[in-house]
Amino acid sequence: MSLRIVVTVKYVPDATGDRHFADDLTVDRDDVDGLLSELDEYAVEQALQISENSDDDVEVTVLTVGPEDAKDALRKALSMGADKAIHVEDDDLHGTDAIGTSLVLAKAIEKAGFDLVVSGMASTDGTMGVVPALLAERLGVPQVTLLSEVSVEDGTVKGRRDGDAASEQLEASLPAVVSVTDQSGEARYPSFKGIMAAKKKPVESWDLSDLDIEAEEVGLEGAYTVVDGAAERPARTAGTIVKDEGEGGKQLAEYLASQKFI
Amino acid sequence: MAEVLVYVDHVDGAVRKPTLELLTLARRVGEPVAVALGNGAGDTAATLAEHGAVKVLTHEAAEYADYLVVPKVEALQAAVEAVSPAAVLVPSSAEGKEIAARLALRIGSGIITDAVDLEAGDEGPVATQSVFAASFTTKSRVSKGTPVITVKPNSAAVEAAPAAGAVEALSVTFSDKATGTKVTARTPRESTGRPELTEAAIVVSGGRGVNGAENFSIIEALADSLGAAVGASRAAVDAGWYPHTNQVGQTGKSVSPQLYIASGISGAIQHRAGMQTSKTIVAINKDAEAPIFELVDYGVVGDLFDVVPALTEEIKARKG
Ligand SMILES: Cc1cc2nc3c(=O)[nH]c(=O)nc-3n(C[C@H](O)[C@H](O)[C@H](O)COP(=O)(O)OP(=O)(O)OC[C@H]3O[C@@H](n4cnc5c(N)ncnc54)[C@H](O)[C@@H]3O)c2cc1C
Ligand SMILES: Cc1cc2nc3c(=O)[nH]c(=O)nc-3n(C[C@H](O)[C@H](O)[C@H](O)COP(=O)(O)OP(=O)(O)OC[C@H]3O[C@@H](n4cnc5c(N)ncnc54)[C@H](O)[C@@H]3O)c2cc1C
Repeated sequence: MSLRIVVTVKYVPDATGDRHFADDLTVDRDDVDGLLSELDEYAVEQALQISENSDDDVEVTVLTVGPEDAKDALRKALSMGADKAIHVEDDDLHGTDAIGTSLVLAKAIEKAGFDLVVSGMASTDGTMGVVPALLAERLGVPQVTLLSEVSVEDGTVKGRRDGDAASEQLEASLPAVVSVTDQSGEARYPSFKGIMAAKKKPVESWDLSDLDIEAEEVGLEGAYTVVDGAAERPARTAGTIVKDEGEGGKQLAEYLASQKFI
Repeated sequence: MAEVLVYVDHVDGAVRKPTLELLTLARRVGEPVAVALGNGAGDTAATLAEHGAVKVLTHEAAEYADYLVVPKVEALQAAVEAVSPAAVLVPSSAEGKEIAARLALRIGSGIITDAVDLEAGDEGPVATQSVFAASFTTKSRVSKGTPVITVKPNSAAVEAAPAAGAVEALSVTFSDKATGTKVTARTPRESTGRPELTEAAIVVSGGRGVNGAENFSIIEALADSLGAAVGASRAAVDAGWYPHTNQVGQTGKSVSPQLYIASGISGAIQHRAGMQTSKTIVAINKDAEAPIFELVDYGVVGDLFDVVPALTEEIKARKG
């Protein structure tokens, strides 16, 4: 038997950089370095582990929807050990929202063929945490999301979801969409060998016409949401800083009392 | 006035605070109609009525507990079809966002997540979002379909506003998609007796500087002296000192209390993402250069093992 895993990975502006918006209120990607969303490294890791723990013939494909530079995210995932990559790139994608992104990803996943989709819990830029659920809805398969533990055996995916009120054990038949949290296990670092091997791995490029998607369905024009304004949060005014010389606890209590917290 | 659907987050009939906040926000854009699902749904009605629900649509079925997310999506979809609301509001929990997203797709609408405020606008509800680790504030709206918006806890004050709260049974037929993901076991979380992290007015957090699980007792003692919830940085959680459910930050809870006290936490961007919107921020850190001090209203440069117990004693003394 064979198992086809598609891992969705997003290329995002570095969170430790100075992120801001462009004039059209989309994310400015020019001034800040981009990278593979750190939370998607966990998705790649779990896909590779599922592959390594399986007796089946497993193929791990990484998929991104993003600008030219998003290839960097694919390269990183390939150097971790994924087998091949798909890059969906099209100028008309600029400004696509969550509903549109899920459309493009779902069409690409269907075209690639899949038994299992593995996603991150959320991107580190939009941080909506909705794309995996949207993919399950679009693909018409079960969602087994926000897992801190995942395993695949005999056509069934099982996992543990640690929610607010309870920890749940989940189970669904393949095909399915899984998302994993940063509690699922540290992601491996690419080895030198992995980095060299990645250079030879196939990267396919698809545009909207390859996926039978019209330009009006995506981008700012096709978006179901509009951003009307973005303002930088005023910097917090400098607070009072005291050095503890034996009275720090008392001074802090005084401050808290002055603010009516005590 | 147009009706607005509010998805009710409850535990066996006990309504959680974020839902009451949603009812306050819903009244700004229409007449709140609450949707309560699962075990104890009917028991929510009195509380919801007290807080402004003109109607409470209820449906109880085993599917809500036995299968993940989709049964709730199908019920909400049935409610949208029954009511034709001007908007649908859902609490911004991990599950709430997934429910909202799938609902939006089914009814051909856009979705906005993690709103921190909501107001009526000429072209429908306008949501305020706090983005990029709370360094920017945006105003957005849904431009196609019925706006589906998830709202973060602590985004509005709970206000009493007595309304009819007439209970009506919602009629729901589940599709075969509803039973795709089975919940085979559930271990409820034990209550610590402390306030819920995301709902607490005061949060006291510890980080790597706390240096050990056993030392978290001094953080807990401070929290208890203030009636606060306890939070932790990812470093403390990853070290196994405190449960992941208490993690504050990008991949943990985002909190917005009146007062946030960070001890032994450096203030990495991912931690800030979860606490930067707190009204008053206080930090105790032995490193005067720690980035957390850029955010504070009041900071103490010092050893938390000296400062925190002294603070706790002083609070207890003052409270008598
Ligand atoms: C600050 C900010 C706020 C936003 N708010 C909204 C909003 O309220 N409503 C809205 O509709 N859009 C919003 N967007 C746009 C939205 O973030 C993007 O359209 C995005 O591609 C989908 O959501 P996400 O990045 O939050 O993904 P999430 O749902 O957080 O991502 C979860 C997982 O989905 C996969 N994934 C997501 N995007 C891609 C991709 N491009 N390629 C491959 N895999 C991917 C990854 O595996 C990722 O880990 C916002 C964007 C920003 C930057
Ligand atoms: C994708 C991603 C998601 C993440 N999500 C989160 C998240 O949700 N939440 C989160 O917190 N982090 C998150 N992180 C991790 C984050 O980057 C930091 O590593 C983490 O917040 C550091 O925790 P800390 O401040 O406790 O530890 P450190 O950065 O090690 O800081 C410890 C601090 O304690 C001080 N200290 C030490 N001893 C004492 C003492 N005796 N008295 C007083 N002060 C003392 C030190 O001076 C130092 O400033 C995430 C990272 C990534 C990549």
